[in-house]
Amino acid sequence: MSAPFAKLPAWAEYGLIPLINLIVAFLVAGLVVLFVGESPIQAAYLMVKGAFGSGEGVGFTLYYATYFIFTGLAVAVAFHAGLFNIGGEGQAYIAGVGVALVCLQYDTTLPWYLVFVLAVAASVAFGALWALIPAWLQAKRGSHIVITTIMFNYIASISMVYLLTRVLKPLGSMAPQTRTFEAGGQLPRLDWLLALFGLDVGYAPFNITFLLSLAVAFGIWLLLWRSKLGYEIRTLGHSPSAARYAGINQAKIIIVTMLISGGLAGLTALNPIMGDQYRLQLDFVNGAGFVGIAVALMGRSHPAGIIPAAILFGVLYQGGAEISFEMPNISRDMIVVIQGLVILFAGALEHMFRPTVIRLYQRMVAGSGKPATATGE
Amino acid sequence: MSDIAIELKGIDKSFGPVHANKNINLKVRKGSIHGIIGENGAGKSTLMSILYGFYQADRGEIFVDGKKITIRDPNAAIAAGIGMVHQHFMLVENFTVLENVMLGAEGAAVLNRGIVNARAELKRLEEEYEMEVNPDAIIEELPVGLQQRVEILKAFYRKADILILDEPTGVLTPAEADHLFRILAQLRDEGKTVILITHKLREIMAITDEVSVMRRGEMVASRKTSETNVEELAELMVGRRVLLNVEKGVALPKEVRLSVKDLTVKDSRGVTMVENVSFEVRAGEIVGIAGVAGNGQSELLEAIAGMRSAVQGEVMLNGKSTDVTGPGDPADLRARKLGHVSEDRHHTGLVLQFEEAENAILGYHGSPEYLRGGLYNMNAIREAATVEIEKYDIRPPNPRLKTANFSGGNQQKIVLAREMERDPDVLIIGQPTRGVDVGAIEFIHKRIIEMRDQGKAVLLVSVELDEIRSLSDRILVMFDGRIVGERTPDTSESEIGLLMAGIEGKMEAAE
Repeated sequence: MSAPFAKLPAWAEYGLIPLINLIVAFLVAGLVVLFVGESPIQAAYLMVKGAFGSGEGVGFTLYYATYFIFTGLAVAVAFHAGLFNIGGEGQAYIAGVGVALVCLQYDTTLPWYLVFVLAVAASVAFGALWALIPAWLQAKRGSHIVITTIMFNYIASISMVYLLTRVLKPLGSMAPQTRTFEAGGQLPRLDWLLALFGLDVGYAPFNITFLLSLAVAFGIWLLLWRSKLGYEIRTLGHSPSAARYAGINQAKIIIVTMLISGGLAGLTALNPIMGDQYRLQLDFVNGAGFVGIAVALMGRSHPAGIIPAAILFGVLYQGGAEISFEMPNISRDMIVVIQGLVILFAGALEHMFRPTVIRLYQRMVAGSGKPATATGE
Repeated sequence: MSDIAIELKGIDKSFGPVHANKNINLKVRKGSIHGIIGENGAGKSTLMSILYGFYQADRGEIFVDGKKITIRDPNAAIAAGIGMVHQHFMLVENFTVLENVMLGAEGAAVLNRGIVNARAELKRLEEEYEMEVNPDAIIEELPVGLQQRVEILKAFYRKADILILDEPTGVLTPAEADHLFRILAQLRDEGKTVILITHKLREIMAITDEVSVMRRGEMVASRKTSETNVEELAELMVGRRVLLNVEKGVALPKEVRLSVKDLTVKDSRGVTMVENVSFEVRAGEIVGIAGVAGNGQSELLEAIAGMRSAVQGEVMLNGKSTDVTGPGDPADLRARKLGHVSEDRHHTGLVLQFEEAENAILGYHGSPEYLRGGLYNMNAIREAATVEIEKYDIRPPNPRLKTANFSGGNQQKIVLAREMERDPDVLIIGQPTRGVDVGAIEFIHKRIIEMRDQGKAVLLVSVELDEIRSLSDRILVMFDGRIVGERTPDTSESEIGLLMAGIEGKMEAAE
């Protein structure tokens, strides 16, 4: 016998609770700012201004958000199968090699849209490949995916240093990076999109990968909630024994899910390499793989939640850069602290305020609903 | 001073829109065994959770020994002399009996003194209540009956005068249950007060002095047990007359649909759970497997259903061999018309986080009728689910509702509807009415007999001996992984009970 348990309506579950978590995160972050001797209100103003105050700011915010949509989706898909893919960072990093190889090969001979199609395929393939070994080890040998994907991040990192200093670096160059791609390896910017809203994108590298990320998010929704594969992924994630009962091949689903997850992480590489830097260089992922974990948590592993969560982290990145630029006491590291607080409250502590919200909601319902219960106390 | 041990006045509790307890009044006499009976979701557990401090009542007062008290948490309940034995034991499996009894009442940061005192106290309690148990035994090595005894001792170690037992016999053999009842009767005679929560009418009649009936959050009646009967209580619980005995015609068994030969199954630790089991199930008959939980029934069902590979043996479905020793393919078996109602609907038969309609296709989710252009046609899926909802009277009738929000009986009907409505030739059913309320039990039993009368071969596993005896046409008794006997359903309960305990002719001591 189970006690009847309380449930919140969707607007409170998906809107109110994340909002409360966010507000608390910013309040605590405000205390940190106060502690180093700056005004939290001024900092908040700078953050909003930096992120939304200009066309260029908006462009940068959405450029960063593009990273996090891909990595957030990557983590979310794995979550649905009950897998914790910590390896998005490494999968995106290695996928950069695929993107770079395509661009280096075809940037002078093919137009950008054909190169883009090939690069999409290459990024997915390389990212998926990097997830394959941890996936196989989990499915067939029971090696914990968290451990193996973390280790593969390190392997990716070291391998890239080797590749960029020994293999992909053009002769005679001192920098650990590939040559700059020609026109075929450069994606168009979305200046026209912001121009629709009367904004000037300026130097922001806001590019069509953003549109790709939105389309992929929709595709992932279809996959998870409207396809047989998605049904099997979610069944396995919620209950491995129900999956066995339903005749779902657990090992196969683990491997396929991780390939999809790795492929999604791989798409991240398109954004900086073809959309901004036009070359493969060290550390271009820059932690986006890890931020994806927070984005997926905050977005409740649903594409409709991941997109706003990714934009929020875009704001933190772009607005945070503005704060550290304008406020000398607040270093880049302080911004990381603030981002950490958001991750802490949105992700790790997401259930902290839930009981209170449930109680308040029940009181509200009881107060407005039945007259019989309106008296007393 | 007062002869009322516990009095509840006007207890009211809501969980959002769910009004779990409505203005409950209850008096429990000191030194009595008081039964609380009601269907699942009637509010029994909520009421006891309020008494034990897990929840706070929205309104109402609690009196213990005539004194009004506030119970904010279980510690307050313990301080007031209330102990609780939960349906699912709250024991640390790899601790000893003594360690479990002390847990939370160690007395000091350093255990030395506490252990000596606890051992002495435990010994005294054991002698006083004749509840012998080895204090140094590891919990997981004890049979469930003894584990329950440890739970009771734990309550008394904390000086409980009032003992609440929540569905205590669910895990016990008939003999163990009888033993428990003897202990409870003795406790009563020594002046302790016992509150027994159950949905089993027979237990109420057998052991209680008074009984209170709950229905839909209300206390609908209190009776002296000697002045009531099973029929009246059932009617009070459900709110209408209930058929307690299943009516069924004579079985007309035809060809063999399921045959199991020399099946041996080991569990994940390599322990043999099913040993050389052979039997047949024919079209148009119900074969029941009786046995105490944990004697291999679960593994047997899983092996037949393709969820666990057997070490050796052969299973024939409709005359054709299944790959029972291979990796298993439940999807293939379903395509070959094997329906499977699994024992554990919470973890296996359903995905509780899914909406109802999604569960209505679990296992059949690859069927082309649900797909359109490679994607699910949710409208078609929900419509098909709605048809099943109507036919099986699943409430609330909402295919989009999350499955966890259905009551146990309705969840079970979701599983039954899914497996029965696909016209299987062979239906294997584990624990069809576990945690299901009386009204739904009647419905489920009728459906199972209907399946038989339609010519399906039904294999039924249940730990409820009454259920096995009233539904089955033949009864196989399983003990320690083997089939130790076959009986007809009119065999006496005590004879089957002896077989279930592994005592058959051989005059060995039980241990």
